[in-house]
Amino acid sequence: MNTGPETVEQPLPEPLVQRAGRPASMIIARAGVLDPVTGLDGSRDLMIEDGRITGIAAAGSLAATEGVEIVDGAGKYVFPAFFDPHVHLRTPGQEYKEDLETGTRAAAAGGYGGVLAMANTSPPVSSPADIDALRHRARNEASVPIGFLATVTRNMEGRELTDMAELREAGAVGFTDDGVPVSNPGILRKALQYQAMCGGRIALHEEDPDLTAGGAMHEGDVSTELGLRGVPSITESVMIARDAAIAGYEGGAIQIQHLSAVESVEAVRRARADGVDITCEVTPHHLCLTDEAVRDLNASRHKMNPPLRSEDDRQALIEALLDGTIDCIATDHAPHAVEEKEVPYEAAMMGVTGLETAFSSLYTELVLPGTIPLSLLVEKLGCGGAAFGIDPFRIEEGRTANLCLVDLEADWTVGEQGYESRSRNSWCEGRTLTGKVLMTLAGGQVAYRLRSFSLGVA
Amino acid sequence: MKDLLSMEELDREQIETILERAASFAEVSRREIKKVPTLRGQTVVTLFYESSTRTSSSFELAAKRLSADVISIKAGGSSVDKGESLKDTVETLSAYGPSAIVIRHPHAGSARMLTEWVDAAVINAGDGMHQHPSQTLLDLFTLRNSIGSIEGRSIWIVGDVLHSRVARSNIQGFQKMGANVTVAGPPTLIPRGIESTGCEVRHSLDGMESADVVYLLRMQNERMGENFVPSIREYARLFQVSRRRLSPRQLVMHPGPVNRGVEISSDVIDSDQSLISEQVASGLVVRMAILYELLTGPENGRADSAPEDPVQIGEPA
Repeated sequence: MNTGPETVEQPLPEPLVQRAGRPASMIIARAGVLDPVTGLDGSRDLMIEDGRITGIAAAGSLAATEGVEIVDGAGKYVFPAFFDPHVHLRTPGQEYKEDLETGTRAAAAGGYGGVLAMANTSPPVSSPADIDALRHRARNEASVPIGFLATVTRNMEGRELTDMAELREAGAVGFTDDGVPVSNPGILRKALQYQAMCGGRIALHEEDPDLTAGGAMHEGDVSTELGLRGVPSITESVMIARDAAIAGYEGGAIQIQHLSAVESVEAVRRARADGVDITCEVTPHHLCLTDEAVRDLNASRHKMNPPLRSEDDRQALIEALLDGTIDCIATDHAPHAVEEKEVPYEAAMMGVTGLETAFSSLYTELVLPGTIPLSLLVEKLGCGGAAFGIDPFRIEEGRTANLCLVDLEADWTVGEQGYESRSRNSWCEGRTLTGKVLMTLAGGQVAYRLRSFSLGVA
Repeated sequence: MKDLLSMEELDREQIETILERAASFAEVSRREIKKVPTLRGQTVVTLFYESSTRTSSSFELAAKRLSADVISIKAGGSSVDKGESLKDTVETLSAYGPSAIVIRHPHAGSARMLTEWVDAAVINAGDGMHQHPSQTLLDLFTLRNSIGSIEGRSIWIVGDVLHSRVARSNIQGFQKMGANVTVAGPPTLIPRGIESTGCEVRHSLDGMESADVVYLLRMQNERMGENFVPSIREYARLFQVSRRRLSPRQLVMHPGPVNRGVEISSDVIDSDQSLISEQVASGLVVRMAILYELLTGPENGRADSAPEDPVQIGEPA
């Protein structure tokens, strides 16, 4: 077996791009600081100067400086900012759903300090010029740093490889045809061979089109009762098994996107046991909901691909998160306009938004009942960039400030105050969640601050 | 009861009420003047996004027999052809202030969506592969007239259960009225997990002699192209119900339209055992009963739309 992809010799561009802004300076006083990477867990004062963490001191020990904001963190928590390796920012071409500005505002409101944008835009991100243009826009619009993936095949047509090496040079952090699978195993094999030269993990949306066959929801008792065409779980797992075999043979690196079923978890475990360089994501909605939710036929909240599956599947995903089989949590934030969702379930577009609710939904549904520990949630929300060579953020002296301040006591009703996203197809719409992000620092800048959260100035 | 969306939400008592009402309308239908003034001044819209003969014509005639004004819209030739969304079409029609909208649509849950957009009573005349409750009610009415109660009776539903909204409604309706339901067909046409609805599953017609009623489903030709069955010929050999496979006491039903020589042989259609033409006749009076219950019942919450003389079923207009 090969040791994995080697990267090209010349230095690649910075993977993440953000709008230039004023670096933050503030003291966050007496907050509970929890960093699963450094192991820091306790009440601290944080000094942030010119966008960098310059001091971590005992709670209440940092003296106020003239003109420096003091944020009262008492009773609140500071976590390293989260990182989402799977969002759809719909730019270029579908800015009526989302753009770089609204998408990163949504990310910041969810506590994210970085996101990776999928390439299934209109047109898809298939050329170095596309990457250049997006990075240029991000420098003007993105309040949270964005990394861009390029497509594996030209225009996601599944026939020809994109100019992967040039795309890497232009700044593509990885490759994906997300939205559709790479159906042709010969094409995927060549992409993985080429990856050995140019690097860039290939993220795979795993689904066999012939097994999915126009299905609208998970195939099971609920689909039978509702008379909706089912999507069998095996549509995902057979493709994972196939692609893991190809990656193993070629020594390539693959990321399995939005794992949804127990069979898929088992396929990933087998591949990893065989030594394949395979990583995988799970979404908050697959961890919190099952196909029972689809009974309301509310496409805006409950239609996505892969579909919500059974309780057995959900439990298997939670277990896989706990035992490390699943590397990270990714939202698959997929904004759609109201008119694309306010149609009969089978006719509606697939996808739900998730950036603004990822932490709160999982804290409410999994941490508060004791299913998973808080530190694991913070870790899995934070490490999504690792598979693409982007280290998790840390709360450490000398580091750029990438952190979020969270009130774990606050209850809020999703959608009541609107959304930062341009779209409102949140799977949490109307739910009351516990835990609210009050402020996010991303790339050393204040990217988000809850409007009603007042900050004292010394 | 405000809307009729699925058999799931009807209880046995509500079903009985509709069947009783249908029986009284059957009496009206035998008169020379078959019209009553019950819904005079009210408007009923029928909105069909799929082709239909029986259901659309019987709803339309049922509304007319009750003296309602009727607007019938078919997807072809309307603004639907021009890409208007379901919501916009329905909101446009709502401007006429209809008391009821009868909708057939190729997608599951469409009728339920309408209830969020309009004040009118919504009647589901078939939504995708989900439900077709008025068919079930007319089937129950037909059975009541021919064998009385179906409590404890055995009913076999044979054929393409997977793609059938009639099957989904009828399994629920038959079970609510106390019947034991068996579904039979090739495994490719039986949906996964159907046992959880409480019916038995068979992959042949062996044992069908125990059935009191055999309910056949239409075998749609387009399913062949999707490889759900290898050939019509093989399907017919394994699952066609012919006189050879029936004992004289067994009754045969079919929601129509039938494929003669595929799921059912011609000799069965034309025999005394067939209730198919009774089903069509029942369709009219049952749909009158549905409109009556939704638009004049005490629970309909539309005091302004109640008729001046509440009942008067016996009085011709």
